[in-house]
Amino acid sequence: MKTLMILGGGTAGTLIARKMYKELDKGTWKIVLVDQDPNHYYQPGYLFVPFGMYTAKHVVRPKKNFFPRGIDYITAEVERIDADNNRVTLTDGRQLYYNYLVIATGTDIHPQETEGMLGDGWRKNVHEFYTYEGTLALTEAVKNFKGGRIAVQITEMPIKCPVAPLEFAFLADWYFTKKKMRDKVEIVYATPLSGAFTKPVASQALADMLKRKNIQMEADFATMEVDSSANVLRSYDNREIPYDLLVTVPVNMGAAMIGRSGLGDDLNYVPTNKETLQSNRYPNIFVMGDATNLPTSKAGSVIHFQMETVAENMLAHMRNKPLEHHFDGHALCYIETGYSQAVMIDFSYDVEPLMGKYPLPVVGPFSLLKSTWINHLGKMGFYYMYYEMMLRGIDVPLPTRYSLVGKEKTPTLNLENERTPKNV
Amino acid sequence: MSDVLTAVSFDAEGFMTDGNAWNEEIGKAIAAREGIDLTDRHWVVINYCRAEWKAKGEAPTLRNITKNTDVSTKELYELFPGGPGKLAAKVSGLKKPTGCI
Ligand SMILES: Cc1cc2nc3c(=O)[nH]c(=O)nc-3n(C[C@H](O)[C@H](O)[C@H](O)COP(=O)(O)OP(=O)(O)OC[C@H]3O[C@@H](n4cnc5c(N)ncnc54)[C@H](O)[C@@H]3O)c2cc1C
Repeated sequence: MKTLMILGGGTAGTLIARKMYKELDKGTWKIVLVDQDPNHYYQPGYLFVPFGMYTAKHVVRPKKNFFPRGIDYITAEVERIDADNNRVTLTDGRQLYYNYLVIATGTDIHPQETEGMLGDGWRKNVHEFYTYEGTLALTEAVKNFKGGRIAVQITEMPIKCPVAPLEFAFLADWYFTKKKMRDKVEIVYATPLSGAFTKPVASQALADMLKRKNIQMEADFATMEVDSSANVLRSYDNREIPYDLLVTVPVNMGAAMIGRSGLGDDLNYVPTNKETLQSNRYPNIFVMGDATNLPTSKAGSVIHFQMETVAENMLAHMRNKPLEHHFDGHALCYIETGYSQAVMIDFSYDVEPLMGKYPLPVVGPFSLLKSTWINHLGKMGFYYMYYEMMLRGIDVPLPTRYSLVGKEKTPTLNLENERTPKNV
Repeated sequence: MSDVLTAVSFDAEGFMTDGNAWNEEIGKAIAAREGIDLTDRHWVVINYCRAEWKAKGEAPTLRNITKNTDVSTKELYELFPGGPGKLAAKVSGLKKPTGCI
């Protein structure tokens, strides 16, 4: 028997496990998936929890629900990959061998990288929403906020879902408006980028939106430290942002295990061929999702577009055929802008998001970079699509029928039933 | 402005189009145009950027510079005020760092 081993069973690991289980001959191949956490988290949902749009139970489910039954699932932490010997060591000492390896260990926050971030204010008035515990703690802070200044801040790029902090600022504006206390809340958006987003056209459109919503932008803000004794954020060029509530996106880095294995760059991302998704150094290793160093967004939608490339190329390599499938960096993001509206942006390695370029019949050409209700349904519909289709290996009709799916089955219905800003 | 730069080709944002055409004189002249007086500490950064570019084909990130030299992020901001990543690349004759998406 030969072994295809998958490290990480999040979005990417689950998708590729299902796909390869379908493709590989079961008499010859065994699939082994290793992940340290028995829970699958719906990370896009973390954004909505602090505003009462989702609750804890929406964003966590048992991982094994989504794996095909015929694979070996090991719940354990990977200590190290010894790629020269096709060997993986677990922290409990077990050693496993593979013929092919898929690295899908994602990226996570590292607040300890920033001076003072884990100081006295951590999880009191210094919060984050990139982890399950983080978003639950922030929910309390948002609910109990009595007014003052909220700083939404990105520490260092790249981060996964680079639009999430912008969305947080938009939703905060909406939430406190609904709560009739927006006049008591000042919102500042601090970013190390020179504008609201990484790509120029989208950046301008989003900057205009920030202005209209009365959110101040502090651009080129390279965070040096968080000073909890004074509740001040300081930059390397000596600017200060005082805050009452800091919502930070700490430094994002790939798994420490990647670094220990000598397979990562400065941020523990795995150098990956941007077209074939094969490791730059080991032909029997493929890399997917947030774990790569690819110059595209780290997002779930990107993984959907990568899956075919990884599967086809790995199969081709197994058959000694050339790797002909090329990933183009395609990313698709919905940006939630509050008031049940959202913006959609769509881009790739070569094409930056432009206004009205997306040929989606339902939405019409002009809703790219413009807030619409249909886009909002698309964003909320992603929840249904993610759990019920993507993770279960059902072909997702992306992107054409994206918003249709959202329209019929979206959990926006929950908005009516639950503690929503409307009836706070 | 020095004459050294007249024969050098730049893109619209002032980054050299051909890193191989760079020499120390040009580096000094670009720095002067950006209002920077080069010290030994600047040269630690510039030499590192040049070496990384030769090895990997692109300008190093700030994190990479601070990890592999004795220059801290704080000092980088003092040496190259505003945007140390972009400025250091510019003075070192490299293309604008691709940054992040
Ligand atoms: C707030 C927020 C909002 C987002 N919004 C969107 C959105 O609207 N649209 C969108 O497309 N994307 C969004 N994303 C991004 C999306 O969730 C991620 O890009 C995606 O989940 C990444 O999948 P992955 O498989 O690469 O990594 P993950 O899903 O993070 O999985 C990595 C897995 O590896 C495991 N692992 C790591 N190290 C080890 C180890 N040493 N041993 C064993 N196991 C290990 C972890 O336990 C984890 O299960 C959002 C993310 C956040 C945080």
